[in-house]
Amino acid sequence: MKKIASLLAAVLIAAPVAALAAGAPAPRMERFHADSHDFESLQRGARLFVNYCLNCHTARFMRYNRLTDLGLSESQIAENLILTGRFEQGSAGPVFAPTKIGETMQVAMRPADAKAWFGAPPPDLSVEARVRGNEWLYNYLISFYRDGASATGWNNLVFPNVGMPHVLWELSGVNELVVTEHPTHAAAEGAAIAAKAIALVEPSKGKYTVKTLAVQEPGAMSPAEYRRAAADLVNFLDYIAEPAKNTRKTLGVVVLMFLGVLFLLAYWLKREYWKEVH
Amino acid sequence: MEKILRWIDDRFPLTALWESQWGKYVAPKNFNFWYYFGSLAAFVLVIQIVTGIFLTMNYKPDAQKAFESVEYIMRDVSWGWLIRYMHSTGASMFFVVVYLHMFRGLMYGSYRKPRELTWIFGCLIYLCLMAEAFFGYLLPWGQMSYWGAQVIVNLFSAVPLIGEDLAVWIRGDYTISDITLNRFFAFHVIAIPLVLIGLVAAHLMALHETGSNNPDGIEIKKQPKDPKTGLPLDGINSHPYYTIKDIVGVVVFLAVFSIIVFFMPEMGGYFLEHNNFIPADPLKTPEHIAPVWYFTPFYAMLRAVPSSIAPFLPATQFYGVVVMGAAVMILFALPWLDRGAVKSIRYRGTLYKSWLAAFVVSFVVLGYLGVVPVTVWGQFPTSWPVLGGADVATVLSRLLTVVYFLFFLLMPWYTARDKTKPVPARVTW
Repeated sequence: MKKIASLLAAVLIAAPVAALAAGAPAPRMERFHADSHDFESLQRGARLFVNYCLNCHTARFMRYNRLTDLGLSESQIAENLILTGRFEQGSAGPVFAPTKIGETMQVAMRPADAKAWFGAPPPDLSVEARVRGNEWLYNYLISFYRDGASATGWNNLVFPNVGMPHVLWELSGVNELVVTEHPTHAAAEGAAIAAKAIALVEPSKGKYTVKTLAVQEPGAMSPAEYRRAAADLVNFLDYIAEPAKNTRKTLGVVVLMFLGVLFLLAYWLKREYWKEVH
Repeated sequence: MEKILRWIDDRFPLTALWESQWGKYVAPKNFNFWYYFGSLAAFVLVIQIVTGIFLTMNYKPDAQKAFESVEYIMRDVSWGWLIRYMHSTGASMFFVVVYLHMFRGLMYGSYRKPRELTWIFGCLIYLCLMAEAFFGYLLPWGQMSYWGAQVIVNLFSAVPLIGEDLAVWIRGDYTISDITLNRFFAFHVIAIPLVLIGLVAAHLMALHETGSNNPDGIEIKKQPKDPKTGLPLDGINSHPYYTIKDIVGVVVFLAVFSIIVFFMPEMGGYFLEHNNFIPADPLKTPEHIAPVWYFTPFYAMLRAVPSSIAPFLPATQFYGVVVMGAAVMILFALPWLDRGAVKSIRYRGTLYKSWLAAFVVSFVVLGYLGVVPVTVWGQFPTSWPVLGGADVATVLSRLLTVVYFLFFLLMPWYTARDKTKPVPARVTW
């Protein structure tokens, strides 16, 4: 409870946060590929998204009923995934009306408040996966660490001095930053590779440091389980960035098969006609 | 049927038009791979117009709604995603086929007498296409749309004396704004397309007047006629022969087009840029602004030209703008720069071939350098004289810009001196 209170306090008084510095060295990322056909993962991702992200972030182009793409029925969506709504004037005072299934994913937080609290309004996540790329998002979600010097008490290896606190910390537990020093760039790169996890190599005073993360306090999930959760969430973000993706690819196969047949016909016709040309 | 046709022909030259433009048009029989790109360019134009009409039905040219309406098309409009991807892929593919089409003209000397006007109409089409692409790119109202337009319009403000007023006049505002978006929309959906279609018609009429060139650069009209058919010895009716052949080309093109549309619509960030999925924010300049790939050779030239070229001249971006403009405009002069004894590369000597190769290399490498930051290849060691500390990419861009211009400026000299081979009387077939 104390932790949450301090976190909230930190969030509320957060100073404007510097964005990614120009020319900063990029960390060695962990590999990630989205799987738009893994509906179980997408459904788990949807649950994580509405519970953790959809309080500050919106997905203002994404309609709830579109989630039927993921093998969910409208009533399942309404019962499990719609957690927002608004108060409407009833005969006996305000009545809570849950968001309708055809509406888009909005939040109650006003952009002006968000700007005051976080330094910048949290970006809309509808097409975020197309901006950042899935691998970046996955690594971002797994690379939060405790940093007493930052306004929120959190920092991130992929996005230094990020304004967002580590919302999933109860699941992931708390990581701490481990910095090792190496005499040469090659040695530092070697250590980064040997870490077999996200690692950041930075030059420092003629030497090189490698920043990696280590568990300080375990969370509700093991590191492997948390990685799966992060993967589910990114999978979902990838889906909402382009809900038509699966349709697109399936249709593409059909179109190419059609064009293959058409090519044979067109080529045969051409050959027949051109036989006369000498 | 025949009666209806006669009724029309008595009142409008329908049959005469069809026959002069395609039905009875005689073309050389030795067209090769490179000759597909003309009909493909026309095909892409049709794709762009048709998908564009459907996009216009749902797009909103309003700074508050533009980005949203594009996502609305991608999600809520039936087949909207397909129409949008076809249009965005079509824009890039238009430049792909047009660049290949222009290169064909360069290789086989198709711009030379008597086809100068066909070439000039073609250059005007290329100018229109650039304008069309530029205006259209603002419409999704993403960060790259906004800042790309900002950079290009600011180029006009580099013009001495009237520059600032000129830029304000183009934007209709002091920054790129809702007003700019509205007028760019008007230019993109009606003004430029009208001119474009007119120019395409002129390009084709001029071509059908002079007759097509071919990979051998032989004028088939000057050949004796075949007594049986009455056609030049190496000529065939374009209909049905090239009609049928071009259908094969269209199907192959559609396969490539579909692979992009259905499996890689962003084309790794080159056709749809990652940053353009962030709504335009006038207060937040992106770290790295690069135009879409088809403008990058010229953009690289712009960046390569220093803003101060001599101590007695004022420092201004204008020099770069002039160089960039000249790089496009010099194409118009091509028919009069080439003094070669032959048209086609097949009978040219090593001089021309080497210059053409240098031109292609400079264009492609400049295209690459226009996409990446100038620091991409690092700096020359500071210990080096003159070059020390300079960005390698900038120095190379300057060198390649010079090569690009020398290809044209030295052309009268090297084409006249070139050792050409004799052109045969009949086409190679």
